[in-house]
Amino acid sequence: MKLVFERPSALTDKQTHYCPGCTHGIIHRLVAEAIDELGVREKAIGVASVGCSVLAYEYFNCDMQQAAHGRAPAVATGIKRVHPDKVVFTYQGDGDLASIGMAEIVHAAARGEKITVIFVNNTIYGMTGGQMAPTSLVGQKTTTSPYGRQPDHCGYPIRMSELLSTVQGAVSVARVSVHDVPNIIKAKKAIKKAFETQLSGAGFSIVEVLSTCPTNWGKTPLEALKWLEENMIPYYPLGEYRTPEEVK
Amino acid sequence: MAKQLMKGNEAIGEAAIQAGCRYFFGYPITPQNEVPEYMSRRLPEVGGVFLQAESEVAAINMVYGAAGAGDRVMTSSSSPGISLKQEGISYIAGSELPCLIINIIRGGPGLGGIQPAQSDYFQATKGGGHGDYHLFVFAPASVQEMVDLIMESFDIADYYRNPVMILGDGTLGQMMEPVEFKAPKKRDLPPKDWATTGCAGRERNVINSLSLVAENLEKHNHKLQEKYRHMKENEQRWELYKTDDAELVLVAYGTTARIVKSVVNKLRDQGIKAGLLRPITIFPFPEKAFALLPDTVKAFLAVEMSAGQMVEDVRLAVDGKCPVHFCGRTGGIIPAPAEIIKVATEIMGGERK
Repeated sequence: MKLVFERPSALTDKQTHYCPGCTHGIIHRLVAEAIDELGVREKAIGVASVGCSVLAYEYFNCDMQQAAHGRAPAVATGIKRVHPDKVVFTYQGDGDLASIGMAEIVHAAARGEKITVIFVNNTIYGMTGGQMAPTSLVGQKTTTSPYGRQPDHCGYPIRMSELLSTVQGAVSVARVSVHDVPNIIKAKKAIKKAFETQLSGAGFSIVEVLSTCPTNWGKTPLEALKWLEENMIPYYPLGEYRTPEEVK
Repeated sequence: MAKQLMKGNEAIGEAAIQAGCRYFFGYPITPQNEVPEYMSRRLPEVGGVFLQAESEVAAINMVYGAAGAGDRVMTSSSSPGISLKQEGISYIAGSELPCLIINIIRGGPGLGGIQPAQSDYFQATKGGGHGDYHLFVFAPASVQEMVDLIMESFDIADYYRNPVMILGDGTLGQMMEPVEFKAPKKRDLPPKDWATTGCAGRERNVINSLSLVAENLEKHNHKLQEKYRHMKENEQRWELYKTDDAELVLVAYGTTARIVKSVVNKLRDQGIKAGLLRPITIFPFPEKAFALLPDTVKAFLAVEMSAGQMVEDVRLAVDGKCPVHFCGRTGGIIPAPAEIIKVATEIMGGERK
């Protein structure tokens, strides 16, 4: 019988703890496929963050370090400086990267650290039960913005890809989504390109992946995908914000 | 190798390099700036990496990454900066990563001052960050001793898979003394087969301090406690000075111990049989030294540049057998011999001439 589909070797066979309908699983798979296709699993060192993806070290089948909240880019910096020949990546959520870890991500980018960052933006703190994130949309109801996010009270959501595209050392910056198949295919391409950027030694690479949180959004998985498309994409436009080609 | 005159902070850097440290991550803060400055010059010469981080927080997490990647790495800072590093230090201790952390203490609390102090003793020896853990802590009293202990620290860190801290103060960091660099006694070090170096040809390695099952986390804590017990058993270090017939034993570490040594001599001139117990390791605290003291001892006097921190460990070690007194200055003031002599004389019932 011909084998048509299998688990990427860069994923372990551990069952994930992610909620039904959560898109973390898809994103994990895309990262693992990219690692497999580039043949770098045995030289990959990943850094898990704090949030829903805290257990990513159990799912990626390569050497892993688990970092303190927001500090994954600093930990990755330490690893990459010791092993410049290895492929180092972080996997971080929006609370981790865009709130508590803002300094670490901006400075890792500014230094042009040759690491790849997978930034999963689902506009909410999932692991802690659905609190407001730096990326929560205006009007979005969360457990700490029960009346909806009000800009005059807590400002506007942060657009990380736009922000990082102003940083010279960030040579590969893209925002993608995984709400439907065509976009999943594009996301895969962007993730692979980010790893290729690292392998070429060009500099810092990040892929922001718009993701869903049906549980904390209070929606079914299908409703969540639709909500992402209709509400997140208008505020967080998809596309390549910086590419190594234009940097050269 | 011939002795050379070096500033304490620069000697720290050179000792670390000679001990095989090739990675330094830090952030500027007085009075330790000569350490990163020296490393920024020297590390590229030996194929290492110096990186000025965006914050103390980032620096200690870079240390975490590099230590987890299996190489010898250090950071240095001073009190407020060490407070910022506590989160990372707790993760490093929890993940059992070897590294060296230098604290050139300045007076506190808060932003405090920039003069020397010993007011971070609790933070250094009792954990510092969250969770049940200990650093291995050395408290050198001279630039030479600091160099010797740093050169050994990397071996101790690797041996126990535990962060080591050197607790110095502004005086030690800023003063110049002759030093020579001697290789420490060899230890049999375990291979770093746990490090994340890429999983080619082996099972993958994970550096982690998360353990969501309570039973497993308790098991991990027991393992850590067992390690600390081993340190207490095998690594206590101290110096005894004129304690053979002592009636009053002064206890002091680091810079303060140098002052107290001269105080001991002056007290003896005055007819008071004084001696000095100088802890060199402050975790593990040298409890064993107290058992070696003669029966002539009637009282202890702890002298510190703090409001009284090490004195608590002295009381635990003395265990109520004798009175334990305290004499200290804070805020960056170095205690003068005269004030220590006054307290000691009062304890011993006045002048004896």
